[in-house]
Amino acid sequence: MVLIRRFEERAAELRSLGYIPGFLHPYIGQEAVAVGACAALGPHDYITSTHRGHGHILARGGDPRYMYAELFARRDGYNRAKGGSLHIANIELGIIGANGIVGGGIPIAVGAGLALKQARQIAVHHPDDPRARRADGVAVTFFGDGASNQGAFHESLNLAALWRLPVIFICENNLYGEFTPQHKHQTIRDIATRASSYAIPGLIADGNDVLDVYRVVSKAAEDARKGRGPTLVECKTYRHRGHYEGDMGQYRPAEEVAFWLEADPIKNYRRLLLAGAICTEDELRALDQAVEQELEEAVAFAKASPPPAPEEALEDVFVESYGGRALL
Amino acid sequence: MTATPKAEKERRLTYAQAIREALVEEMERDPSLLLLGEDIGEPGGVFGVTQGLLQRFGAERVLDTPISEEAVIGTALGAALLGVPTVAEIMFSDFATLAMDQIVNQAAKFRYMTGGRTSAPFVIRMVTGTAGATAAQHSQSLEAWFTATPGLKVVTASTPADAKGLLKSAIRDPDPVLFFEHKLLYNSRGAVPAGVDSLIPLGEGRVAREGSDVTLVAYLYMLPRALKAAEALAGEGISVEVWDPCTLVPFDRAGLRRSLEKTGRLVIVQEAPRRNGFCAEIAAIAAEEFFPLLKAPIKRVCGTNTPMPYAPELEQFVIPDEERIAAGVREVMRNAVRSASGS
Ligand SMILES: Cc1ncc(C[n+]2csc(CCOP(=O)(O)OP(=O)(O)O)c2C)c(N)n1
Repeated sequence: MVLIRRFEERAAELRSLGYIPGFLHPYIGQEAVAVGACAALGPHDYITSTHRGHGHILARGGDPRYMYAELFARRDGYNRAKGGSLHIANIELGIIGANGIVGGGIPIAVGAGLALKQARQIAVHHPDDPRARRADGVAVTFFGDGASNQGAFHESLNLAALWRLPVIFICENNLYGEFTPQHKHQTIRDIATRASSYAIPGLIADGNDVLDVYRVVSKAAEDARKGRGPTLVECKTYRHRGHYEGDMGQYRPAEEVAFWLEADPIKNYRRLLLAGAICTEDELRALDQAVEQELEEAVAFAKASPPPAPEEALEDVFVESYGGRALL
Repeated sequence: MTATPKAEKERRLTYAQAIREALVEEMERDPSLLLLGEDIGEPGGVFGVTQGLLQRFGAERVLDTPISEEAVIGTALGAALLGVPTVAEIMFSDFATLAMDQIVNQAAKFRYMTGGRTSAPFVIRMVTGTAGATAAQHSQSLEAWFTATPGLKVVTASTPADAKGLLKSAIRDPDPVLFFEHKLLYNSRGAVPAGVDSLIPLGEGRVAREGSDVTLVAYLYMLPRALKAAEALAGEGISVEVWDPCTLVPFDRAGLRRSLEKTGRLVIVQEAPRRNGFCAEIAAIAAEEFFPLLKAPIKRVCGTNTPMPYAPELEQFVIPDEERIAAGVREVMRNAVRSASGS
């Protein structure tokens, strides 16, 4: 959580210094969701993410060096400077991608769930096939309260429920879709209730409590792994900042912001760890320092990475790019 | 055609202000006109175009919608079919993909499928093009897709005056109209005529700069770039006429013809990928219909056949800049097959 927080804070600073072009949607305040959920996942699990994806990618093992390099539009970035913040993906890490389209990742996770279900068959009939290793895999899709109004959300829940796919739909309800508060974009309070339309479980977690998220997602993952089908998990949380860097978020009532800043997931977890004598102040400080150090090196790495050569724009359109050129 | 009747007072507005003024005037003229879109209410739209309209016209007429593109477009269509005109906004034209059924299978075909007995008078405003590192899912120029669908009118407004006049015509038009606005034009300024009836008819192109050697066709953000290229080429003794079609459907064939009669050479510019872009259609029209006027092969200057990359270096490579536009014009001048000396 600290790594995500500091990664994001630095990204904002670096953007203001001109290192990062394009959009940046900070995840600050929501760290407990990514960390709690990804802690419940194993090496054969997959996630799809959103426009607010840095936290999910880091929690899934993303390397800050390649992430910053991508944000800086440098060659060593995860997407070779073609994707940027909105599109970071790395299949090896089980990250099917952040997404610039609201709701875009949800059906893709259903497809991943279908592949994972099939892996169970492959494991039975062709145990040597490398895909058989994914036989216990689950697919997780993160999305926002706003995205739950998209057709793609409803179609995906229905399909995954129908086919009992190992998919966990994680709605991060941060109370806003862009500048619009939840009560102005939907009549329900709990998005989890939408699960009942598809006869699947709809669970609610305290999205600012990393342990609660872990507990609820673990339960959903266990069900999915056992072939009991999908779960919709709603995590109640809040984004501390505006919708994107540059948006001041003034459309939010001051008391609301103050309430949620008090419920900061990192502050609370720290308190818990200290109160339970699970960690000492010194250990937490050492952790902070380790994070600082890691990010320091990541930023240096990204700065040292060269920009792409302009002609690289023509590469990567297809697997075979006919002499490196985009097809006529 | 001239955009500004002399009698009317000219003021300088930004492109965004001009669009807002068109909306305000039309909403005042027709109290049944509705606006629909994501975050268009209180926040005034992501690009600030609808700022103040909620306060002015109320939440019954400025309808802030959930993130549900397909439902938004279908709703606008349904309302229009019952005689309630609407202007729906798609925040980035890339997201029109989520509403393709309603645009392409429903709206575009309603009139035709009902034998002309029902029309669907509504407008979809869409923000197009790249604004710098907006990357592959927020930067596309998809106008050609819609021109390939009979039943849709397609407007590309390139100046504040055009934006106002064309949007007003689009709103009063009896058919579905897709109205493309470019992200990088919102802050551009220009003279905009006042007055409720300062309409610019759909289907009329505009000479943005007079010239006699080459006709350079450009629209949206490529228009200012083409004008700059033309300026630079004037220094080299090449006289470039810059012509903006303003609407792609209906397309002003007569206007293009008039310009080619003067110049006899044609260069067409677009931000969209080259393959199957609207440039290809313009080139085909010229080759089929105006071939005798041409003194040189037609030249297209387009975006590359790639998705839009994120890195600014890559993006600059993909989208035509002034230098590439100028190079295209020079090439056409060099390649003249029936120039004065040759024929
Ligand atoms: C299909 C589509 N429509 C609209 C947008 C513009 N947009 C980007 S983020 C966003 C709000 C998303 O809200 P939510 O799903 O609640 O996620 P949050 O930002 O709260 O994390 C919108 C409308 C988009 N990217 N894609």
